[in-house]
Amino acid sequence: MLYREAGQFKSSYAEDQGIFPLRQDRIAFWVLMAVAFVVVPLIGDQYWLSAILTPFLIFALAALGLNILTGYAGQLSLGTAAFMAVGAFMAYNFVLRMPWLGIIPSFILAGLCAAAVGIVFGLPSLRIKGFYLAVATLAAQFFVLWALQRFGWFTNYSSSGVITAQEIVILGYAFKTPAQKYLLTLAIVALMALAAKNLMRSETGRAFMAVRDMDVAASVIGIPMMKTKLLAFAISSFYCGVAGALHAYAYLGTVEPEAYSLDLSFRILFMIIIGGVGSIMGSFLGAGFITLFPIFLNLASGWVSHALGVEISHATVSNLELIIFGGLIIFFLIVEPHGFARLWQIAKEKLRLWPFPH
Amino acid sequence: MSEVIFFFEVLAGGLLAGVMYALVALGFVLIYKASGVFNFAQGAMVFFAALTFVSLTERGWNFWLALVVTLAVMVLLGIVTERVVLRPLVNQPQITLFMATIGLTFVLEGLSQLIWGSQPHGLELGIPDVPMEWLSQKWNVNISQFDLFSAFVAGGLVAVLAVFFHRTRIGRALRAVADDHQAALAVGIPLQHIWAIVWAVAGFVALVAGLLWGVRNGVQFALTFVALKALPVLILGGFESIMGAIVGGLIIGASEKLAEVYVGPFVGGGIESWFAYVVALVFLLFRPEGLFGEKIIDRV
Repeated sequence: MLYREAGQFKSSYAEDQGIFPLRQDRIAFWVLMAVAFVVVPLIGDQYWLSAILTPFLIFALAALGLNILTGYAGQLSLGTAAFMAVGAFMAYNFVLRMPWLGIIPSFILAGLCAAAVGIVFGLPSLRIKGFYLAVATLAAQFFVLWALQRFGWFTNYSSSGVITAQEIVILGYAFKTPAQKYLLTLAIVALMALAAKNLMRSETGRAFMAVRDMDVAASVIGIPMMKTKLLAFAISSFYCGVAGALHAYAYLGTVEPEAYSLDLSFRILFMIIIGGVGSIMGSFLGAGFITLFPIFLNLASGWVSHALGVEISHATVSNLELIIFGGLIIFFLIVEPHGFARLWQIAKEKLRLWPFPH
Repeated sequence: MSEVIFFFEVLAGGLLAGVMYALVALGFVLIYKASGVFNFAQGAMVFFAALTFVSLTERGWNFWLALVVTLAVMVLLGIVTERVVLRPLVNQPQITLFMATIGLTFVLEGLSQLIWGSQPHGLELGIPDVPMEWLSQKWNVNISQFDLFSAFVAGGLVAVLAVFFHRTRIGRALRAVADDHQAALAVGIPLQHIWAIVWAVAGFVALVAGLLWGVRNGVQFALTFVALKALPVLILGGFESIMGAIVGGLIIGASEKLAEVYVGPFVGGGIESWFAYVVALVFLLFRPEGLFGEKIIDRV
């Protein structure tokens, strides 16, 4: 009843092309933004802000990056964590070696470094596709981690290979508390998500999708294959790189190269699969699910052991978590292979007709 | 002279290590050929099989009894996987199936450690992992007895598989399915049975690989990572070719060891983790479908 578009007429191209063509969507979006920017920092406690919401946003950004590459341009990649690692460690080095640069330009430069690495490891995509490409991107995963561990320059010759992210200072204003870091992350993620949304609606995005749907046909209609594929790798890696920098600066604080293992790459891949491949919103939904679910499982196992009055050993819990997590992924893939984004669409369709379904 | 002998020693060691990689890659190839599923869970299956076997023998079971029971468990696992995971996902894009097998990996890793505990086990098959005496005395070449044994096992396994694929009714059905799903269905081959069989065979290969790797590195969680070692072998040899898995394994094993010895010192060592991938990538630049992979022709 509330979600009805009757009477909303579009009288200009700009209105017709809006990201949220429906008034209700726009209202919901701005309410969500207001809640995220104002209400959450006010009421959120330290644990929620620093251990749940900030990582959620960062992983959503990384998932968004992967979604640009895999969901829009159709190039499967298993090296996401490596690009995040490049972002994190290069941001550290830029801030360390060029302190006059400031944090935000350092993050951007770190993202550009990740993009350069992405282009190099995206080169095989010109020759191979599908799983061959996926396995080839694993080369990035192993090579980057090896290089970060082997060459002391990246970690500023710290003996343990661990770097401690510097304080975030922007124009003399220090971001110290969880709420401040959360707001910074949120602002960056929101901006980049908006940019991604618009980019994917532009000529570039349409070229990506053409390559994804059928690359031979795309090249026949004049889309330059090399430029498009490498651009997809570059943009995707840029997003992952910035996410990695935020991961180090706003979330972890101290980082070692092992933090960006293959496991993380898989987790981000799960996020886009469960959230929805080829959907900006899906990246956020998937990241939310994958971030929250282990926490929920942990809590649930606590309740269960409390209710049954038996102490469940830590190893058992973590193994059970693995099983349930894996099982749930299979379950989701079977029930809704197009992810949460598709469920959301279905819900909206239903809502449009509700309460008169005919 | 000793330089040359050393070179051949490294080469032989690499080739034999490559056989071990090929064993794991074989499991991937079998499943990919028959069902088009890139089964990431192969590493977890290797771990699961080895852990089940070693735990049974540690509980005092007879070697052969434990072997048969583990094999039965792996076959059962294959059937259950087909029924629960693959059948509902028929006709989904390959990436979805791939993700499902990653989910399966988690389930298997959790399950095996939940049942058998997560402490590492040693495994003995009665063949000591020491250099052969007569070789080292006569030629001063150190080649492990166990490496040779595993090479023979791998050779035997491939021979058995070849006979199975070419001489038996089920084997022919498997090849038919691998060639063309729809045509196989049309001539009355039950696709779902075939998939269950393939997964069971892959389970058997995983068991063999798990035992050999288990002797070498101990049965522990790190065993799941051997799957990562098999991936460059796969892109090098082609996803669809058993022959490719063997040859790819040999090339990867040899080049990896040679690089570690001759190139490693210049860049600080430890290059084994990624060198195989680079070798595979260089090969791919010239043959995008792998050495023995099927040539894919794009049509609009």
